[in-house]
Amino acid sequence: MNRQVMENGVWVFIENDLGAIADVSFELLWKGRELADQLRSELACFIIGHGVLDAAPELIAHGADKVYVADHSQLGHYLTLPYTRIAVELIREYLPSILLIGATNTGRDLAPRIASHMRTGLTADCTDLQIGEYKFGKRIWNKILLQIRPAFGGNVIATIVTPETRPQMATVREGVFKQPSVDSSRKGQVVQLNPTLTEQDLILKIVERVKAEKKVNLKSARVIVAGGMGFGSRENFKIIHELAKILGGEVGATRAAVDAGFIDREHQIGQTGVTVRPNLYIALGISGAVQHMAGMQESNRIAAINTDPNAPIFSIAHYGIVGNLHETIPRMIKAYKEKD
Amino acid sequence: MSYDMVCLIKQVPDTRNVTSDVLREDGTVNRQALPAVVNPDDLFALEMALGVKDKFGGKITVISMGPPMAVEVLKDALSRGADHAILLTDKKFAGADTLATSHVLESAIRKNGNFNLIFCGRQAIDGDTAQVGPQVAEKLNIPQATLAESIEYLHGDEVVIRRVIEGGYERIRGKIPLLITVTNTAERPRPPSVKRLMFWKKAKTISSVQSEEEREMLSNRGLLIPVWDLEDVGCPAEVCGFVGSATWIKRVESVKLTPREHKCFDTSEQGIKDLINELIVEHII
Repeated sequence: MNRQVMENGVWVFIENDLGAIADVSFELLWKGRELADQLRSELACFIIGHGVLDAAPELIAHGADKVYVADHSQLGHYLTLPYTRIAVELIREYLPSILLIGATNTGRDLAPRIASHMRTGLTADCTDLQIGEYKFGKRIWNKILLQIRPAFGGNVIATIVTPETRPQMATVREGVFKQPSVDSSRKGQVVQLNPTLTEQDLILKIVERVKAEKKVNLKSARVIVAGGMGFGSRENFKIIHELAKILGGEVGATRAAVDAGFIDREHQIGQTGVTVRPNLYIALGISGAVQHMAGMQESNRIAAINTDPNAPIFSIAHYGIVGNLHETIPRMIKAYKEKD
Repeated sequence: MSYDMVCLIKQVPDTRNVTSDVLREDGTVNRQALPAVVNPDDLFALEMALGVKDKFGGKITVISMGPPMAVEVLKDALSRGADHAILLTDKKFAGADTLATSHVLESAIRKNGNFNLIFCGRQAIDGDTAQVGPQVAEKLNIPQATLAESIEYLHGDEVVIRRVIEGGYERIRGKIPLLITVTNTAERPRPPSVKRLMFWKKAKTISSVQSEEEREMLSNRGLLIPVWDLEDVGCPAEVCGFVGSATWIKRVESVKLTPREHKCFDTSEQGIKDLINELIVEHII
């Protein structure tokens, strides 16, 4: 793809299920607006689904200059093949410079498929996006997307660029960027597409869908009590639930604790989970992998308890206790119950 | 109907439990101190393939792209029940991003022959991108089912997959050929069988064979693991490795952890009480 002809603004994929738009899509509109302003270009977004035309004014109010709407009765839920085809046709026609997609289960299915079609680069789970320059030998690329993410299990922070191909694609987890403020007086353009589906598009069909109510709301919790591998078992994790309940907080966990089966994935905090900014974050038995810390280091106050005095988590903690969890947590519960 | 299956696996540094033991004095991570393991999710992918083989019959080819030492993950997969293994090794494959990696894997899968089902782990713990699977599927021009937990139905070319969605799951019905990425909530991987382990322990790649006699002995016993380089794989050099990568690394900073001043409390009842009181006084809780 010739990059000279693909400098047509910043695009955001608007993820929705039956018209309900994912939070991360609004967050990407906020970041997309900032990037588009820096590039002095336009911010466009596209939404694929059923009954989604009504969403267009809301997307404009959240910062979009242009909204492409692909509405079809068989596209109410995400399907890899038709969503990819529609996205690729739009990209080929309008040649966006940057394309941002939420790093949700859906976004992580769609983004690599699009990137492969376009033979372009894709960076997963970025924790920051900036516009900047890149030099390699004597060549300089100006005003390209700097895609910043932890790598190698979060032990290094890498800045990645896609100099030669377009669009420059990145995915971002929910909660990394802010929700934009809404300005319902903003004006924008709505472009309606009339997608037709082929038999090939529908080779995979959804036969059943089961969604549970979201039980955990980490993003708006004032207090989060989070546990790591230090607990050793699902059984031992129970005391975290008890402490969180007493403090009126939610329970969080590291990826390692989730992978070990101590707690369900919806509790996962970090680069590959949710990013949180509570008033108080209590890290229990968490050593402090950078990918975990990327998701909680902006907490107002951090208290860490760990048996290892050299655990990296202490480097970002405001309060620290070196000691045994099974001894300390019951004492915390007792002390809080007995507070004056 | 029996099935021709391919399982893509990767050798990764075990980044799951980075403790202070592997931190250098300056606070950076000593990656050499991390053991090399089979990417954890890939074992779930292999298990799903083995489940299909148990029920319907078929053969499983495991393919890994990596340095010569990555043969170890192939031997692990063979010990768990895979039938064939191919190691993709070439200096020209090095430095690949997910786009370039998927080109090599696509070519290797095509060269390996007929396929009905391709399995990959959800994502690899060193990069966490979850991109290679879908990118291979796109290049093979077949559909994909990501985040699969189980194959609930398989008959002829009809398949029903249960996969994870945000806050729940869905069942999708379709036709093979299909590429499936498997989560770690799927069936738990079986351990290697002792008999197979003892057998495959002696396996080698041709490049690590010392003599012609050894090569012949291993070959006769089926213990020679094929190694394919760029020429064998047969894809254009310009789409592989560093040259074929669309993403370039501008900068890598090792994360340095320098202790921040924090208030320490001890674990005595009084120490904990002081912490709780401080949080209350500061209006934190």
